[in-house]
Amino acid sequence: MAFDKNSNSFTFLFATILVTVVGTLLAVTYIGLKPAYEENVRREKMQNILASMNVRVERDAAPAKYEELISETFLVNGEGKPVEGDAFSLDVLKQYKDWKAGVLELDQLKYPVYKATGSEGQVYILPMVGTGLWGPVWGYVSVKKDGRTVYGSTFDHKGETPGLGAEIATPMFQDQFAGKTITEENGTYTGIKVYKGGTGTTDPHGVDGISGGTITSDGVGEMLMRTLAVYDVFLKSTTNSTAAR
Amino acid sequence: MSTEVATPEVKPAEPLFSKKNRALITDPLNDNNPITVQVLGICSALAITVKMSNAFVMSISVLFVVVLGNMIISALRNVIPSRIRIIAQLVIAAGLVTLVDITLKAYVYDVAKQVGVYVGLIITNCIIMGRFEAFAMGNKVGPSALDGFGNALGYAWILVAVAFFRELFGSGSLMGVRIIPESWYATQGGFYFNNNMMILPPMALVIVGIIIWVQRTYNTKLIEQA
Repeated sequence: MAFDKNSNSFTFLFATILVTVVGTLLAVTYIGLKPAYEENVRREKMQNILASMNVRVERDAAPAKYEELISETFLVNGEGKPVEGDAFSLDVLKQYKDWKAGVLELDQLKYPVYKATGSEGQVYILPMVGTGLWGPVWGYVSVKKDGRTVYGSTFDHKGETPGLGAEIATPMFQDQFAGKTITEENGTYTGIKVYKGGTGTTDPHGVDGISGGTITSDGVGEMLMRTLAVYDVFLKSTTNSTAAR
Repeated sequence: MSTEVATPEVKPAEPLFSKKNRALITDPLNDNNPITVQVLGICSALAITVKMSNAFVMSISVLFVVVLGNMIISALRNVIPSRIRIIAQLVIAAGLVTLVDITLKAYVYDVAKQVGVYVGLIITNCIIMGRFEAFAMGNKVGPSALDGFGNALGYAWILVAVAFFRELFGSGSLMGVRIIPESWYATQGGFYFNNNMMILPPMALVIVGIIIWVQRTYNTKLIEQA
């Protein structure tokens, strides 16, 4: 062999070349595939929004269906008043993390609302984020025009235990929400409680959690309670104003 | 591929699928299985065997990384400085794994979401570093590819076998298809409960233990002499 592969200079040269080649290759691949990935994320978000109003479409069909059904999107603040900004591009998960980390104050948070027309009339789709056992959990709950009856829901998570906490992403858990109400008849806010798994609850303001996924279930419960309280203010103000009209 | 094997040496080039080379594929399936005999890669065997579909994707990803990695390492084996060889192997493994991760996210997004965190764990899968160091550093490209393929298959079948039992008894389904009828479940008025123990990682270890037990019953040469 003409060179000494164990010399210091060759070791440095080899390391430099190897890292540069691997780094360049990864950077090129990442930049090349990033649009495809981001489009997947965008379509999945549309798919989730639609799923919460019981419209289940393939991911590729989501953008067209989204255009067709979602009539209006806007942001509201904690008092239910409209604020500036684009609802779809707001990263509620990042906002939630910033709030938890103390970067944002509670009254700086913005809440997206998607107004849509489903097969049973107009619904409001409300995104929400919370904390499960291993990482964030999130979901969308759609509420009927009356501002208190849940029409549908969808939940997802980053890394909850498969078979336990991860079951929040299955119809078994999500289908319980339809028909539940977030307020009493007289308008008192109740939210939706997540009970211990397997209680078979008949509470009009509560659902069964996941057996063995207690911390995830509690996280979902906390998320529902906290976020729906804010949306309740908004929903009351809009339903009252349309009723008065 | 045979041109890659044929390096200018005195002895005649060995055919790629010679008896010795075939053993590179068959050995890891049983006699030298990376999980049940070498007890490597146990960590991922615990983590991603709750559902069979996850086990399949993990197996395919490992197959890709270990075969390609083995070939790259083997091609570079005469220029990798020995003092930094482990680091070089790690860089190549990490590069390939990241490549797999990005590709999954772009083309099979649903799968990528399910196995997301575990794909990164392939980097630390001892089987990969083990094959790079023990085989690819000292063998030609062709046999290295076969060795990687064989070991990945040996890893895969254990993974899928463990996942089969865990998904069947833990979730009552296989590949996401329901096997145990809904109406049997106690919540639906039946008598059956899913075994939640199966979902938890320790049960994977127990199943791997049972597989090792069964394997050694039939393959007595694996039993160590006291």
